[in-house]
Amino acid sequence: MTLLTHAFRGLATLVLTALCLTYVVFWLTHLAPNLEKLARTQGSARMADDAVVTWLANRGYDQPLPVLYGQWLGVLLGSVVTGTDGEVRARCADGAAPATDTPPRCGILQGDWGTSTVLRDDVGQIIATRLALTGKLMGWVLVLMVPGALVMGILAGMREGGRLDRGLSTVSILTTATPEYVSGVVLIAVFATGSFGITWFKGTATAAMDDATFANFTLPVVTIALFGMGYIARMTRASMAEVMTAPYIRTARLKGVRFRDIVLRHALRNALIAPFTVIMLQIPWLLNGVVVVETLFNYKGFGWTLVQAAANNDIDLLLGVSVVSVTVVLATQFLSDVGYALLNPRIRTGAA
Amino acid sequence: MPLDWTGTPGALLNPLLAASVGLWLTLLALRLVAALVAVWRATPVAPGLRRASLWAGRALGLVTCAYVLAGMILPAGTTGIVGGVIARFAPAILTVATVIGLSVGLRRRLGVFGLPFHSTVGTIGAALVLFWVVTALLYGGFGLIATHDPLRPISSLRNALPGSPVPEAGLYPHYLLGGDSLARDVFSRMVAGSVIVLTIAPLATLTAVLVGLSLGLPAGYLGGWTDRVLSFAANLILAFPVILLFYLLVTPEVASSALPPVMAAVLFGAPLAFVAVLVHSRLRTQPGRNALTLAAVLVPLAWLWAAVVSQAGTPVTFLPARLDPLDPDRGLLVVFVAVVFVNAPIVFRIVRGLTLDIRTRDYVAAARTRGETPAYIMLWEVLPNARGPLIVDTCLRIGYTTILLGTLGFFGLGLPPESPDWGSTINEGRKLLLVYVHPALPPAAALLSLVLGLNLLADGLREQSMADR
Amino acid sequence: MTPLLAIQGLSVTFATRDRLLPAVTDLTLTIAAGEALALVGESGCGKSTVAAAILRDLGPSGRITGGTVRLDGQDLSTLSPAALRAIRGRRIVMVQQDPMASLNPAMTVGAQLAEVPMIHEGVSRAAAMVRARAIVADVQLPDPDRILRSYPHQLSGGQQQRIVIAMALMSRPSLLILDEPTTALDVTVEAAVVQLVKDLCRSQGTALLFITHNLGLVLDVCDRICVMYAGEVVEAGPARAVFDAMRHPYTQALFRAIPVPAASRDHRPLVTIPGTMPQPDALPPGCRFAPRCAHAVAGLCDAGPVPLLPVRPGATTLDTRRAALPHMTRCLRHTAIEWDAAPTAFDPQPRTAPGPVVLRVAGLHTHYPVARSLFARGRAQVVRANTDVTFDLHAGETLAVVGESGSGKSTLARVLTGLVTATAGQVRFHDRPIGGVPVADRDPATVAAIQMVFQNPADTLNPSVSVGRQIQRALTVFRIGRNTADRQERMLGLLDRVRLPRSAADRLPRHLSGGQRQRVGIARAFAGTPQVVVADEPVSALDVSVQAAITDLLIDMQARHGTALLFISHDLGIVRYLADRVLVMYLGYVVEAGSTAQVFAPPYHPYTEALLSAVPIADTGVKRRQVILQGDVPSAVNPPPGCPFQTRCHRKDQVPGDLCDRMLPDLRTLPGGGQIRCHLPDAVLAAMTPVIAGTDAAG
Repeated sequence: MTLLTHAFRGLATLVLTALCLTYVVFWLTHLAPNLEKLARTQGSARMADDAVVTWLANRGYDQPLPVLYGQWLGVLLGSVVTGTDGEVRARCADGAAPATDTPPRCGILQGDWGTSTVLRDDVGQIIATRLALTGKLMGWVLVLMVPGALVMGILAGMREGGRLDRGLSTVSILTTATPEYVSGVVLIAVFATGSFGITWFKGTATAAMDDATFANFTLPVVTIALFGMGYIARMTRASMAEVMTAPYIRTARLKGVRFRDIVLRHALRNALIAPFTVIMLQIPWLLNGVVVVETLFNYKGFGWTLVQAAANNDIDLLLGVSVVSVTVVLATQFLSDVGYALLNPRIRTGAA
Repeated sequence: MPLDWTGTPGALLNPLLAASVGLWLTLLALRLVAALVAVWRATPVAPGLRRASLWAGRALGLVTCAYVLAGMILPAGTTGIVGGVIARFAPAILTVATVIGLSVGLRRRLGVFGLPFHSTVGTIGAALVLFWVVTALLYGGFGLIATHDPLRPISSLRNALPGSPVPEAGLYPHYLLGGDSLARDVFSRMVAGSVIVLTIAPLATLTAVLVGLSLGLPAGYLGGWTDRVLSFAANLILAFPVILLFYLLVTPEVASSALPPVMAAVLFGAPLAFVAVLVHSRLRTQPGRNALTLAAVLVPLAWLWAAVVSQAGTPVTFLPARLDPLDPDRGLLVVFVAVVFVNAPIVFRIVRGLTLDIRTRDYVAAARTRGETPAYIMLWEVLPNARGPLIVDTCLRIGYTTILLGTLGFFGLGLPPESPDWGSTINEGRKLLLVYVHPALPPAAALLSLVLGLNLLADGLREQSMADR
Repeated sequence: MTPLLAIQGLSVTFATRDRLLPAVTDLTLTIAAGEALALVGESGCGKSTVAAAILRDLGPSGRITGGTVRLDGQDLSTLSPAALRAIRGRRIVMVQQDPMASLNPAMTVGAQLAEVPMIHEGVSRAAAMVRARAIVADVQLPDPDRILRSYPHQLSGGQQQRIVIAMALMSRPSLLILDEPTTALDVTVEAAVVQLVKDLCRSQGTALLFITHNLGLVLDVCDRICVMYAGEVVEAGPARAVFDAMRHPYTQALFRAIPVPAASRDHRPLVTIPGTMPQPDALPPGCRFAPRCAHAVAGLCDAGPVPLLPVRPGATTLDTRRAALPHMTRCLRHTAIEWDAAPTAFDPQPRTAPGPVVLRVAGLHTHYPVARSLFARGRAQVVRANTDVTFDLHAGETLAVVGESGSGKSTLARVLTGLVTATAGQVRFHDRPIGGVPVADRDPATVAAIQMVFQNPADTLNPSVSVGRQIQRALTVFRIGRNTADRQERMLGLLDRVRLPRSAADRLPRHLSGGQRQRVGIARAFAGTPQVVVADEPVSALDVSVQAAITDLLIDMQARHGTALLFISHDLGIVRYLADRVLVMYLGYVVEAGSTAQVFAPPYHPYTEALLSAVPIADTGVKRRQVILQGDVPSAVNPPPGCPFQTRCHRKDQVPGDLCDRMLPDLRTLPGGGQIRCHLPDAVLAAMTPVIAGTDAAG
């Protein structure tokens, strides 16, 4: 019961956070200069200032921000504005006059994510395709990063201060000190340009969108994985090192348990509780890497879309992207909470 | 005549370098494998291997030193690109070597400042960081080290390869690390970039730490609603993907609105309030001294705050022009605010956690039983005892801020496009990366070495503060 | 006959960042099969290092630099790792200090127990579980099947300690090493655990190496004793022989520094040992105790290393082949010293007559909500820390509050100092109500008048601020002194009064020893000439030899200022030594109250009786009655109905009917003047005999 209550409270906080965050994005994208830019790109670049105001008013942008937000969410009725030019524009009919089949509300809750002004396509559609591409990238990153980092951390942490620890720790510090845009550039320069006599991989991953191969997909995956790996490995190492000094490990040693079994049976489970949280919380940070790497390797996934949307103030697309990324962040936070509780018998079974 | 890479000393040193690097790497790999096996079998590693790899490492060090010495002693032009770069960096290298040498020797007498020099890792980290700090000071202060104007193109040297000769007389005769796509000197831009990075990153981190402290201490110490509201706000910011936040905050449209100055006013206000409370809580029982100290500290600080925040020609203008000598660049201000905004909640979480731990200590209870105010307890009882982890984190955070700045530069956000900061230059360089490698690699290496230095320094500090306990 | 374990000339050093620190020097001892040997000493004397060296578990920085450790004649230091593993857990087992930490939180108790026979005897998992169940029953834990399925955190501290002991005895080892096994436990729980270990070792024929700082436990459990000081054995021999005729000044000083519950300070003043134990990197030449020894003779004791000498002439040097060791001492003057002479530093503080009432507590209740954990939301739970507490505190008197953890005594201290506010009832300081007033809302005079001395010396001072500035800050806040210079002078005066050198003012707390820090804490509490000082276990975290000095300092400061002292403690010895009146608390209730003489003499409350019986006494002349309590202290969140003590009471069957289950007894006044909260009929109370009876237990 307690677990359920907790899950419920977690979900409530999550929804509240998501609402706050999307509202902030909504507010920032609807700042006056942004709307002006929208009018000028959609209408005409040489519009006079008062023309901008009427252009926006005719399309309902002059309504109070909370109202606009409510419409975008799909809680409030979609606006129908009779413009100064005599045209009637309904939000839910994509700016055309309302027809009989026009729904009263059209927002996120109705599954209507709006239309991208730059890519001229349905936002829901765009996000779905792009997300699938990024999912492929992230999948491989996780497959490479998580086991690698955990093994590194555990090997380093089981004998703190030992030679293996020093070696592996230096490697992990090096990778955490190398942001994706540095490692990506270096990796491309070394392995893809031929300047160093090696051309094992491709310096762009555009082809990998349809057909990912070892040659065109390795560099982007490695670039993202390296940065996150060092951090997770260091956390795992710290957790492992702490567990290895715990009295219960001494108990096991003095019971005559072999070192191998001490590590695998006694230490591992306790040592992996903390890194689990770290890994889950690392996933949102990977989003940064994804954006950098997709830009660098010209891989048109979710991150690339984010950059396009933001750079062009493509309001609906940007909002869609925000909703997805905020959801991902909050979902991982929530999962890390729940997972932590499930992994930790002290919380799972409650106190005596 | 273009320069080659290593010039005359290279004929002797290159084979030696190749041999020592090869040997050292092989032995290192062997040692790692041996350590793995040893850990599993619970047997000690053969000491011979360890000694051999130590010697190989020393040999490598010696060869490196030989390159450095050759670069500094032999006349320019004969020592190739490597020698040329070393010769330009000579003032920085010599300063760092002196300072590090003295610090290692005097580490016991240096107190807190001697801490990193007790471990190899910390010393290397300090050396790397110091190298860039000295470089930035020497270039920023005296115009040393750089060979050319980082902003001025020499049109025949567009995308010129490293070591290309400069046609104009009166200038340094070579583009040591080549020219970029706009025909500017890559080496000089890298050196000039250090000034921007080493100004913004530490300052922004410091501000973020002060903001984090001003909010984290009350959240942790007072708990209750203060904690709930502040923690929720912090989590809100943390749930924002950093890139998205940057794109939303650092666009030209937002930059021209009132938002950045308002945020700056709030964020820079936190340190101001912090100092005020710091003084007042300490001296509240002595009203006279209290008022005097407060005035002496707050008036200049408040003026500084107003000068930074108030900007002519924006919605936030309240200071008369003659009192407002500081008008930071708009783009810079936005970048600064964005970076502080992203870092502050993380510091907040750390401070809150530390405070939650420390407030259960008896000396905090002792302070309460003698009737100290919460402000005094937070600032004079809790904060000094949280400083160890905070200093370590600040070190790491400066590195992280450097990375963030680079990210902004990489996406061309905030700073002007001609800015020589490392992120922007990497961004410039990567566009032609598949054709010309040389413009992107030097700033990448510079950024990497600085962040690595900060991380190693933090690691050394952490190790020492653990050992002292 | 070969002894079971023979340690010959063992030396251990630890490598720190820049030097080697000797932890144990040239230690020789033997343990015969089935024998119990006590290794006694204060913290830092190297006794735990000996245990780690026997099992070759010194960590990466420790190293055996000399000597041998032989088990049945086999040298353990030359064993291969595999052979060593076969010894660990099978022949030699060890129980560490902290039971909670020595059990793996992620494994069930059953799995951890079954592992032992599975490793060493290769039995199947099912068979191992059967053995685990049997041994859980052996250590007298209820419902073994449930216990085996539980995780460690689901058991109480006492239960965890029993599991740890069960795990150690799983494979019927030859030698059990107990490293301060009960320091984390309450006295009544400790008594039961020690009894259990003693019985189990006796029935299994297991030899025992009992490492402790508690001299009282030694007499209960062990045949022989080894006293260690600064890495050396200073005295060894049969326990009774050593206790009756100590032949090393350190051993004697240690004994004289321990208060016994049989005597007050008027009868047996404590003798403090000057100075502190030398650091391992600054060992004196010659006798290591000489700098602190009243009998040391310059030129003799500091000339060179002192060998272990036989006390009785005729017995030659230490003979490892013989199981029974003669009484040995590492003192050159052991024949010259007059051992039975009364201690010289004999200066009992004059007791001040109690003055008017300064603090009046009536019907105090303190409840606070449990810190809600992530998964225990739902109904808010309340800890009933104090229930209906009533007492008066007079100027100049010492009132002791006695109880185990969870008795609510610390909460009482926090209410008085305003760290916590009372839920109901009255606390009046003179005529001002302060019970509901948090310290932040009290006027500076009241704040300065009620001060506190804290328990943990590591924690009581701000580690980042110099000692002088911390005392000065207290003066500043209490608005004492005209200016900074004046306050500086007063601060130095306070340092003088707590007998610290004036140079200590500029030091940081980490440069002071635990005892010195406690002195600073006392100076700080007395800075504002308080009328009430609440001392919450001020000496329980200190070494035995330092406890007496700090206790005496507190009494001295109190006498000087005419302060009322509320002394909170679980140590009945110290309470007997300094208190004028005593409150015994259990689960938030006052169960017994009265003058010290009344409380320490029958009739007792059954809980007081058990507490008294559980106090270990390091005196062969004292006899005491054994009262062993079952189970642990119940949770204050969920107290039992009726009498709070009924779940553990050994005299519950002497109360007619189910009165104890149903009704909370009133605090009633006995004919002798004391008060108890108990249903026991007068006849039973009248028939009670003293728990402690001995040669010098009068008064």
